[in-house]
Amino acid sequence: MEAPAVASPYSKDLLLTMYRKMYLIRRFEERAGQQYTLGKIAGFCHLYIGQEAVAVGPIEAIRKEDYMLSAYRDHGQPLARGSDAGMVMAELFGRGTGYSKGKGGSMHIFDIEHQFYGGYGIVGGQIPLAAGMAFASRYRNEDRVTVCYFGDAAANQGALHETFNMASKWKLPVIYICENNRYGMGTAISRTSAVPEIYKRAAAYDMRGEPVDGMDVLKMYEAVKDAAAWCRAGKGPVLLEANTYRFRGHSMADPATYRSKQEVEEERKGDPIPKLRDYAIKNGLGADADFERIEEEVKAQVDAAVKFADESPEPSLEELWRDTIVEPGEPDVRPRERVLGTKVTNWPSYPSGQELKVTWDLEPREQAELADKKAGLTR
Amino acid sequence: MPELMYREALNQALAEEMERDANVFLIGEEVGRYNGAFKVSQGLLDKFGSARIIDAPISELGFGGMSVGAAMVGLRPVVEMMTWNFAILAMDQIVNNAAKLRHMSGGQLRCPIVFRGPGGAGGRLSSQHSQALESNYAHFPGLKVIAPATPADAKGMLKAAIRDENPVIMFEGERLYALKGEVPEGEHVVPLGKADVKREGTDVTVITWSRMYYFCMQAAEELAKEGISVEVLDLRTLRPLDEEAILASVRKTNRAVIVEEGWALAGIGASVVDIIQSKAFDELDAPVERVTGLDVNMSYAANLENATQPDAPKIIAAVKKVLYRQGA
Repeated sequence: MEAPAVASPYSKDLLLTMYRKMYLIRRFEERAGQQYTLGKIAGFCHLYIGQEAVAVGPIEAIRKEDYMLSAYRDHGQPLARGSDAGMVMAELFGRGTGYSKGKGGSMHIFDIEHQFYGGYGIVGGQIPLAAGMAFASRYRNEDRVTVCYFGDAAANQGALHETFNMASKWKLPVIYICENNRYGMGTAISRTSAVPEIYKRAAAYDMRGEPVDGMDVLKMYEAVKDAAAWCRAGKGPVLLEANTYRFRGHSMADPATYRSKQEVEEERKGDPIPKLRDYAIKNGLGADADFERIEEEVKAQVDAAVKFADESPEPSLEELWRDTIVEPGEPDVRPRERVLGTKVTNWPSYPSGQELKVTWDLEPREQAELADKKAGLTR
Repeated sequence: MPELMYREALNQALAEEMERDANVFLIGEEVGRYNGAFKVSQGLLDKFGSARIIDAPISELGFGGMSVGAAMVGLRPVVEMMTWNFAILAMDQIVNNAAKLRHMSGGQLRCPIVFRGPGGAGGRLSSQHSQALESNYAHFPGLKVIAPATPADAKGMLKAAIRDENPVIMFEGERLYALKGEVPEGEHVVPLGKADVKREGTDVTVITWSRMYYFCMQAAEELAKEGISVEVLDLRTLRPLDEEAILASVRKTNRAVIVEEGWALAGIGASVVDIIQSKAFDELDAPVERVTGLDVNMSYAANLENATQPDAPKIIAAVKKVLYRQGA
């Protein structure tokens, strides 16, 4: 093989980590789809196959303490952030050993230990939440960003427009990643959108917006690295439109007959996983043996996850009466501690109301007075 | 004890809780420089600054949801809805997120947040601005719903709501804000979930909350002149309902009238009747009566508006009915 003209700026370690995570998502989702057809998983189950780069690139580009949340296609992000694959699978199985004790299922994976604040089932419903989490970081003067995923169809929800306006006005440190897989369930985004290029909508709110190749993990990595630096510098929110494609239907219940076979075949050629492998090999940052080893390890990990889920008990009926109302003094549940007995140490903690000093001046008085004056108002 | 207006009592509760806990902030339309559409937040911007008293755009879904997000990571937002009519736009965030976060996360997350604002008839404002919407929210597990009638309860319950670890929905009243009453100074916290016997009596229990309380008290005064002793039970909290207090009072008087500003179908009164009939059936001397708003939309015309709502004469008639003293 020829030596590359320019040395890759990435370490072998980073590339192999990304490969491992993408392959984990792919393998996990394939097995989840299979378990669904076996009747082990029920309800809605939205697979991430094809979109792996959109989760993995950004997660490698941010810090461990940065917040993240997503829509209902939400298995990929927590797996890439380090969640226990067995406990995610157990949640899909509706077992008591799942992250949410089997109460949430496929659409509602939450792993607070790994700063994954959930999958949400109402289209666009997580978009205001993310701004609020970023607001809290700014309020406490933390150097933390929030990354929020949503699908292309959510761009037409009022929640998005209301939130973008506030996030930009108040310069909140939040990165919105639109996973544009071109279909809102079975309807092509171009059929329902006057402006199908979602990133352009940021301009309406004086907010930074860019398209990114969502089938290229390194492009996603670079885009989010840059966006995170922008947010941390106090410049406000960023919208990234990750152009991607789901290789499977909207959910396990969808045969995706609204797309042509040729279209799917064509898109499969852009599979982000072999793309990364080719890049690494071409740049001398990985050999076939490295990838084969990773694949074998991941397969074993996912086999163990399925086995763990399958052998886990259903939640006890007493669980019905827990987790609706927080009783006085009741602590939060730490899933890995509850299920695996592992001591969880990096649980988020915040200053008390007596310790906290709020120094942020969200709307300086002079600024408000000037705006009032311009409008001819006197108070 | 100092006399304060309902709005001043709320203002005091906010100021005290914000002083006590820097995680508490207030967001809503006109809460800052305008000092609040109903002046509940009077003077708070000057005291606490623009990051803690936030003038929001008219985006109830947006700032409602944003505040839920802030509560998920440790802050304690108080969200002022200019009226509950407008909060209908935020219902997705309240119902699908705030009320369900603890559950969906399997106990990992909590959402300590207060949504508050006026509910009920506004006074010559027609149908979009005059509706009692509390039964909507009382329907959902994961929420607490409160509707204090007096300035003292308004202060004490807002303080308790801000300290609560769950989402609390607080119904105030456009026509309550200027009412005066004695309010204890400083640390006055009224526990949520506890009804209050506001007037003791022996013949009939009248169960109510929020603004209807005043009509009930008026009716009780009138009836006392006729020798009828009315007990007025102010529920104060609508979720969870204080079953114990409801049953204790009905077991004493053996008769009950429930007075509700909102519509009858699927109203809170229907659930109170259910509690009474299923747990105190044998102790009833008459079927339970309900006095509710008429099953129509609210009109602007003064006579139609008045006729739509419960009032003291309607309550008196219902009390006489359960005492079998009609026409007496």
